[in-house]
Amino acid sequence: MIEAVLSMGGLALAAGLGLGFAAKKFHVEGNPQVDNLTALLPATNCGNCGFPGCRPYAEAIAEQGETNIGLCAPGGVEVMEKIAALLGVEPVEMEVDTGPKVAFVREEDCIGCTACIKVCPVDAIIGANKQSHTVVAEMCTACKACIEPCPVDCIEMVAVPTTVYSWTWNKPEVLH
Amino acid sequence: MGIVASVLKKFHGGVHPPGHKDLSEHCAIEPMPLPKRLVVPFHQHLGAPSEPVVKVGDTVFKGDLLGGAAGGISATVHAPTSGTIVAIEEHVVGHPSGLTMLCAIIEPDGKDQWNPQLKGVDNPLSLEPVAVRDLVKNAGVVGLGGATFPSFVKLSPPRDKVVDLLLINAVECEPYLTCDARLMEERPKDVIEGIRIMLHALQTKECVIGIEDNKPKAIAAMQNAVAAEASQSAAAIRVVVLPVMYPQGSEKQLIEVVTGRQVPSRKLPIDIGVIVHNVATAVAVRDAVCFGHPLVSRIVTVTGKGINRPANIEVLIGTQVDDIIAHCGGLKPDIHKVVMGGPMMGLALHQTNVPVVKGCSGILALTRGESSEKPEHSCIRCGSCVNACPIQLVPCSMAWFAKTEQLDQLSKADLFDCIECGSCAYVCPANVPLVHYFRYGKLALQSKDREEKKRELTIQRSKLREERLAREKEEKERKKEEMKAKMAAKKKSGKEADKQNPAAESGNEAQA
Amino acid sequence: MSPSSLLFTSSPHIHAGDSIPRIMHTVILALMPATLMSVLIFGWPALLILVITTATAMLTEYLMMKIRNRPSPLGDMSAALTGILLALTLPPHTPWWVCVVGGVFAILLGKFVYGGLGFNMFNPALIARVFLLISFPVELTSWPQPTGLFGQQALSFMDSLSLITTGHLASGKLADAISAATPLGQYHVVVGMGKTVHEALGGDYAFSYISAFTGFINGSLGETSAIALALGGVYLIRKRIISWHIPVSMFAGILIPATIFWILNGSKYPDPLFHLLTGGLILGAFFMATDMVTSPVTPLGQIIFGAGCGLLTYIIRTWGGYPEGVSFAIVIMNATVPLLDQYTHPVVYGKAKKNV
Repeated sequence: MIEAVLSMGGLALAAGLGLGFAAKKFHVEGNPQVDNLTALLPATNCGNCGFPGCRPYAEAIAEQGETNIGLCAPGGVEVMEKIAALLGVEPVEMEVDTGPKVAFVREEDCIGCTACIKVCPVDAIIGANKQSHTVVAEMCTACKACIEPCPVDCIEMVAVPTTVYSWTWNKPEVLH
Repeated sequence: MGIVASVLKKFHGGVHPPGHKDLSEHCAIEPMPLPKRLVVPFHQHLGAPSEPVVKVGDTVFKGDLLGGAAGGISATVHAPTSGTIVAIEEHVVGHPSGLTMLCAIIEPDGKDQWNPQLKGVDNPLSLEPVAVRDLVKNAGVVGLGGATFPSFVKLSPPRDKVVDLLLINAVECEPYLTCDARLMEERPKDVIEGIRIMLHALQTKECVIGIEDNKPKAIAAMQNAVAAEASQSAAAIRVVVLPVMYPQGSEKQLIEVVTGRQVPSRKLPIDIGVIVHNVATAVAVRDAVCFGHPLVSRIVTVTGKGINRPANIEVLIGTQVDDIIAHCGGLKPDIHKVVMGGPMMGLALHQTNVPVVKGCSGILALTRGESSEKPEHSCIRCGSCVNACPIQLVPCSMAWFAKTEQLDQLSKADLFDCIECGSCAYVCPANVPLVHYFRYGKLALQSKDREEKKRELTIQRSKLREERLAREKEEKERKKEEMKAKMAAKKKSGKEADKQNPAAESGNEAQA
Repeated sequence: MSPSSLLFTSSPHIHAGDSIPRIMHTVILALMPATLMSVLIFGWPALLILVITTATAMLTEYLMMKIRNRPSPLGDMSAALTGILLALTLPPHTPWWVCVVGGVFAILLGKFVYGGLGFNMFNPALIARVFLLISFPVELTSWPQPTGLFGQQALSFMDSLSLITTGHLASGKLADAISAATPLGQYHVVVGMGKTVHEALGGDYAFSYISAFTGFINGSLGETSAIALALGGVYLIRKRIISWHIPVSMFAGILIPATIFWILNGSKYPDPLFHLLTGGLILGAFFMATDMVTSPVTPLGQIIFGAGCGLLTYIIRTWGGYPEGVSFAIVIMNATVPLLDQYTHPVVYGKAKKNV
């Protein structure tokens, strides 16, 4: 019995010491700023920012000159402001994702120049010269290509409202 | 006997929830006093929403058309009482989202006066079957069991299909609900009349009325009514008494029990020669044909331990749940949930200012003790759900697929065969909200499908645009070429004329 | 009625009231006859082993649940069940530290490394027993004769406590309990030497079916009393905690080959009744193979699973290196469960061939 306890305990001890030693000995000193930034990010590694995970994004900001600190959508404005405070830079404008959107022409302002019609990649804007245009919402892909060309700035992105027809069940939340 | 099995068959699985029908089964159907306002949604049925044909300020008679059917599968909506349309606006309705829908708001004039032009048919059985269908269609009759499928569709089978059996669903397998039982007890003759009309419309000779054996009074009443007029017609109507088992009132399960046959997946009962109508629908068909009365009211069971006075009430469509609750003495303080429909498949309401619609068979006021919500535990794979599922799905693995977003696997696991009867979640010891997962999965798959379609459409449209641009460019090039050629020709031939008419060239140019 | 005071959830709005703790309580209750019999047959040491193993399992569960921040760490009693089941598979004088190692292993490596209850692939109690058997073969294969709780040879409580904790009696003497092979061990060794079944089990060994039925034979704590186990098993089926599929197919899986070989050569292969009553078959069939988490959910899957458990047990008992194979058989079949579940889906309503 003693032998068994000793041998197993010894083995565990040896392995533990070995690992601990290795962790200290081969520890790679990271940029502390990267660690600080990583700690601020939500650690979901969702990749929404365009980097493969939270740490890579932190590395990009700290080491590779990424200047847009507002790329973390899950973290939202809150995280962006924390990053700004940490780095001592100005907070940036952040696009908050509020669900699907479509382009919308304010028809009372539209002068009928057809500029937007020409750029729409899916021909989702209808209307003729000197007549008010309108966006066919079902076809709009929300690419925003039409916003820039409009000379009177009468196109804006509006949220698609949820109706009883487009509503979906949420996933059950697991509570323990 | 033909299609009806000589011995009742069993469907797989099923559960035995406590009935609780004693709360309201002794309550005779009572009318409800006219409420101050009626809220009539334009979409109360399966299929396309109806289109408003009235405007604000119109005065209407009871039974006047409010919304016209749009498309093949749709249903009309009628004014439940006489009065004024005070608004046509978005109003919150009984929907899991708690969102609004277009509704006509009617202020009753208190006379509750039918449109005098509405006339019934004296001898319905002499009508052409198609005429019956049209009467039912124009009366906005839908399946009153809860599915709200437009009834006229199920009274006009395609020419190549023969209907061997009309199956009247009087099972009422949902616990608590007693509206169908009371209807059969109190108006058995109306039911039989409706069935005769349906049989005539379908040109069918056989009818089975399926009733569970926990409704002995309804069974006796129906049997008497059947016996009383058996000699009057060649068609055979029979009452078949079924042992209690949930979800026997589901169309597919009822067909399996009575005929021993299963409706093939993604097919309709008509494909095996059966048409199923709810018992209350039969009465609505009778009212539509014999009196010309559109469907503007229904019987609603108001019950549950959370209501002060359980009752079965004949309610105008559009009456708000609030008004009904007040009529029934109000809610008790330990109210937990108000459910529209039965406890197994009904819809929990976010708020009670929603109108009763054609598919609303019950208002359930459940106390904390009646419906306890426990937190979800991880599945221990006990297999209770597999044993309970009447469709023989494997609910536990489907819930896992939904939970882990494996949507392809989910649809491969026959998710869309699920009838959402709730048997699995009812028995689950880990309190996994299985039906919720399936609803989530179904809608997630459908919206994925929609997105996919939209993506395809987008690709198609951008391709078309590119082609159009290319064509336009080509056209331009061609025109340019032509113009050049013309110009060259002109230059050649008109070198002498040039001097005489210099304006011609510049005019041409401007046009180009 | 203001919106916030009403609860909104998906249907169904009522529940049958079954719960995981209720299932665990019922299984523990069903194990009580066998547990009581184990104490009656093997005396105080059996009780000590049960207490040590169960307490260790529950303590491990408690710590793990605390670490994972879950409320009511012991609420579902599944750790207690695992502890009891593990104890029932241990020999009557198992030292305390083996019990402790087993209890910790069952919960920690048998369950929590997979993510907790519901996610483990193998039956925690059995995987712990298999681990103990391989790690401590001597302790796990010494089979003292049953001495009873009250009989003349019965050990006193103090002697039992000393025996389990120190390995010798309170007086300091070594226990003079007579050890002998289990019936399966006797068969395995003696028939392995080329002798007949009759020679192995008759004579001095004097195997008796009656003793095997009541439980007064050598073996693990809870496996010997066929009657007590069967009682619990029938109770579980009646309570609808388990279905008949796994026990029946497991019995069939071992009894059918046993009958065939016994008829072919009765001197080398023992009769099916021997296989049924000895070893851990009944404990395994009613309580181990039927573990919900680690058995298939589909009826057909359960039948194949049970038959596989039975057949593998027979193969290991008859031709394998170990005298007893129930634990190994079930653990091996546990590994096939995902596959079985995937390929044994029931035919969905309306999709039967006759309909298409």
